[in-house]
Amino acid sequence: MSFENYKNLWVLIETEENTAKNVGYELLTPGRQLADKLGEELVAVVIGGQVEDVAKKAIAYGADKAILVEGDEYYQYSSDACTYALAELIKKYQPSSVLIGATNNGRDVAPRVAAKIGTGLTADCTELGIDEETGNIAWTRPAFGGNLMAKILCPDNRPQMGTVRPGVFKKSTPDDSRTGEIIREDLHIDPAHIRVHLLERVKEVAQAVNLEEAEIIVAGGRGVKSAEGFAVIQKLADALGATVGASRAAVDAGWIPHAHQVGQTGKTVSPKLYIACGISGAIQHLAGMSGSDTIVAINRDPEAPIFQVADYSIVGDLFEVIPAMVDEIEKLKA
Amino acid sequence: MNILVCIKQVPDTTAIKIDPVKHTLIRDGVPSIVSTFDAYALEVASRMKDKDKQSRITVLSMGPEQAKNALKECISKGADEAYLVSDRVFGGSDTLATSYILSGAIKMLEEKNGAPFDLIFCGKQAIDGDTGQVGPEIAQHLDRALITYASDAVMEDGKLKAKRESDEGYDYLTADLPAVITVVKTAYEPRYPSLKGKMAANKAVIPTLTSQDLSGLDLAHCGLKGSPTKVRGTFTPTHEKNGQKIEAETGDEAGRTLVKLLSQAKLIG
Amino acid sequence: MILNEQSMELVNLVKEFVDNEIIPHAAEYEKKNEFPEEILDKALDMGLGALCLPEELGGLGIDNVTMFAIAEELARGDLGIATTLIANCLASFPVLIAGNDEQKKMWFDIMQEKKYAAFCLTEPNAGSDASGMQTTAVKDGDDYVINGTKCFITNGGIAGIYTVLAVTNRAKGIMGLTAFIVERDREGVSIGKEEDKMGMRLSNTCEVIFDNVRVPKDHVLGREGRGFKYIMQTLDHSRPGIGAFGVGIARRALEIATAYSRERKQFGKAICNFQAVQFMLADMAMETEAARQLYLHCAQLMDAGLPYTMEAAMAKTKGSDVSVKAALDGLQVMGGYGYMREYPMEKLVRDSKILQIYEGTNQIQRSVIANQLLKKIK
Repeated sequence: MSFENYKNLWVLIETEENTAKNVGYELLTPGRQLADKLGEELVAVVIGGQVEDVAKKAIAYGADKAILVEGDEYYQYSSDACTYALAELIKKYQPSSVLIGATNNGRDVAPRVAAKIGTGLTADCTELGIDEETGNIAWTRPAFGGNLMAKILCPDNRPQMGTVRPGVFKKSTPDDSRTGEIIREDLHIDPAHIRVHLLERVKEVAQAVNLEEAEIIVAGGRGVKSAEGFAVIQKLADALGATVGASRAAVDAGWIPHAHQVGQTGKTVSPKLYIACGISGAIQHLAGMSGSDTIVAINRDPEAPIFQVADYSIVGDLFEVIPAMVDEIEKLKA
Repeated sequence: MNILVCIKQVPDTTAIKIDPVKHTLIRDGVPSIVSTFDAYALEVASRMKDKDKQSRITVLSMGPEQAKNALKECISKGADEAYLVSDRVFGGSDTLATSYILSGAIKMLEEKNGAPFDLIFCGKQAIDGDTGQVGPEIAQHLDRALITYASDAVMEDGKLKAKRESDEGYDYLTADLPAVITVVKTAYEPRYPSLKGKMAANKAVIPTLTSQDLSGLDLAHCGLKGSPTKVRGTFTPTHEKNGQKIEAETGDEAGRTLVKLLSQAKLIG
Repeated sequence: MILNEQSMELVNLVKEFVDNEIIPHAAEYEKKNEFPEEILDKALDMGLGALCLPEELGGLGIDNVTMFAIAEELARGDLGIATTLIANCLASFPVLIAGNDEQKKMWFDIMQEKKYAAFCLTEPNAGSDASGMQTTAVKDGDDYVINGTKCFITNGGIAGIYTVLAVTNRAKGIMGLTAFIVERDREGVSIGKEEDKMGMRLSNTCEVIFDNVRVPKDHVLGREGRGFKYIMQTLDHSRPGIGAFGVGIARRALEIATAYSRERKQFGKAICNFQAVQFMLADMAMETEAARQLYLHCAQLMDAGLPYTMEAAMAKTKGSDVSVKAALDGLQVMGGYGYMREYPMEKLVRDSKILQIYEGTNQIQRSVIANQLLKKIK
């Protein structure tokens, strides 16, 4: 395979009902760095209903160019339509690499496109770099429930593809004065080739849980003991203007909805402050929050692994510690 | 209904420990299980069969000979038959090569049955690799409808109706058959094997499909050689910090001290 | 004896179910005084409600050794749940012993659909002595009309079908008793009061009342007047199961007491280091194993088609006596904690006691054993 024809690093900006998912913009941050190192252009690919403003925004976030595909069939995610459009674009433009957010939709379309093109795809990356020796992208991803990290290359096929977990990278500060070409592509799938149809869309209250964007997260685990216990967590979160997170143990026990889950099978977060309450710190949980700037751990068990990653540790009963914290925060505010 | 469930035998990752000195995975003594989400997929399929007793469930896996134990477990839970794809030349396959080989096996079985499987189930991802790519890639190789991340699925008037998790909630989707569906944790737990199923599993003979049986495959796309992605290295993540321990007589006092420290560090307030 | 590989696999599967689904939840149901329907539904899905269903009717066709070993596992989890499930076998035995093919098919179809069956023998004035039976079945054309009240009926309130013993000819005494199949939804069948029991609380024990219940004559099992014989055969067949229940409870008591003795420290060391405690544990273990071998031996005789009446009575008596003793001794090992409801041991004491009473008191069993002895040794 000759790689000469394969140029430029792409980031798919996933949209849903004309709104971009944050992870697309987030990926423009490492995308920019990689493109600069490789001496390539950073191209945002925007597929959606009416999403020209998303393309413009992508340029403000650092893309050199944007390729824009608009159509009613893309307004709400369709696996068939999105696979078709992205694969057609790749065949036409031949990018060297494609980054896609590891959302459910991203993890749906990416493998289909990879299979259609016949190239390698690395899932759920948490780190991106360039392999010095070969110039290939080095994709780093967790496996075995976060127990193991693997560095993966795609040396002999192009484009190199990877999905990246939301929340791993941060959006840059948008620069609205940046300009870049927006290339419109008129791509429409034969409606007969759309085999899956949306009957009903249910948006849950969990919509308000935006862990990836939160500056402060107060998270509860097994030590919270009950659904009622989460009221204590919520109180601290309210006092701090924080979002409530949870470990898998708390979610599995049914104390709090899955949308709050942080970790390997939940969200990856990187807030400025993460307060872990009654969370032991299983590797699967650490995988989702160890990128936080400052970590506070409150746990009764002095041996809990969470203390190894904590900047501030309290060995004690969260039901004593947290009410005192809330009280003290109220005093500060007054 | 003719249903296929693809499963993978994996080490129980919740039982894996890290060697604290060598920083490597300790896999000895870790039990092998049917990957969690594959077990949910089998349960969704089994519930369809509960409703339509004429349905037939075939289970397919790729892996070493021991993976037959996982397939037998599926039979004990109600699957009718099972096949294992196993060949040295398939070893080292990445997701693309794995999905290519499995698709070849599916085509062979469909040819033998004289009809495509109405539904192909996979777990959303295996709990060792966590990629979630093989299911969608199979759908693409076979050019079938795909619904991923389904937390439930039923047949209604000959059509598949599935509840798919989305970032904001869930979508109800419908698809014509044949279709591929990948399954997340369901609201219900997988059933226990029945005693009868256990006895059937003991007696079951599980055929091994080798590269010779799957003559339609281009071996250049199989195994390590046929895999576009290469693992360059692995390491165990270390998360170690020397944090500040807040010592106090009571939890109350510790909480108050913590707030003061966070405030001084300008992290809150 | 030791179980063969296939039996072992089935028994291990049941053990896994007991460890994951029964032991962690049974105490909660008992506290709430709630019937463990969810657990039982899972058990039924596994086939645990139809252990005696023959292969030709779509069942497992397992031997008696395996069936009773499974009963042991279930009782280790919870005696109420074990009794509910095994009562289906008890109720089915008369059908298997005396029923024709149509009756068997009808019986098992209904039992599988309605989940439970019940065996209606005991009456307020007819316990160990069946000749005091008051329930009558009077022939009327092609039908029989049944009248009477049965009490202490396991599954009485939840069964979809019953085997019922009734008097068809009082003059003939026990030779005037006949066994019937009666469906729950027949007119005149009703449920009386549910018993508030000392133990075995996760099972349903009710009065079942038959008020002018009309059943066609094809609901007679075997021959008229042979009912008593079929019922005696049924009880012979089910008795080793009670012994297995006892072994299950004793095993659980031993497990709990042993684990506790390792944790509990007095005089500076774990109490398992004291000979007084060790001897109690050793005796519990020894007696439990002896009782296990008795029921397994009896089951082996059954599977071999050899006589087993005496061995069945021995297995039942030994297993139940061992369970009561093991539960009490286990409680003693735990001291004051054992007496508290918060801990699982007192429940085993309450549960085990019934084993010395139901399906023939241990006094009756000893009479059976003695009668057999007197026949054999002249």
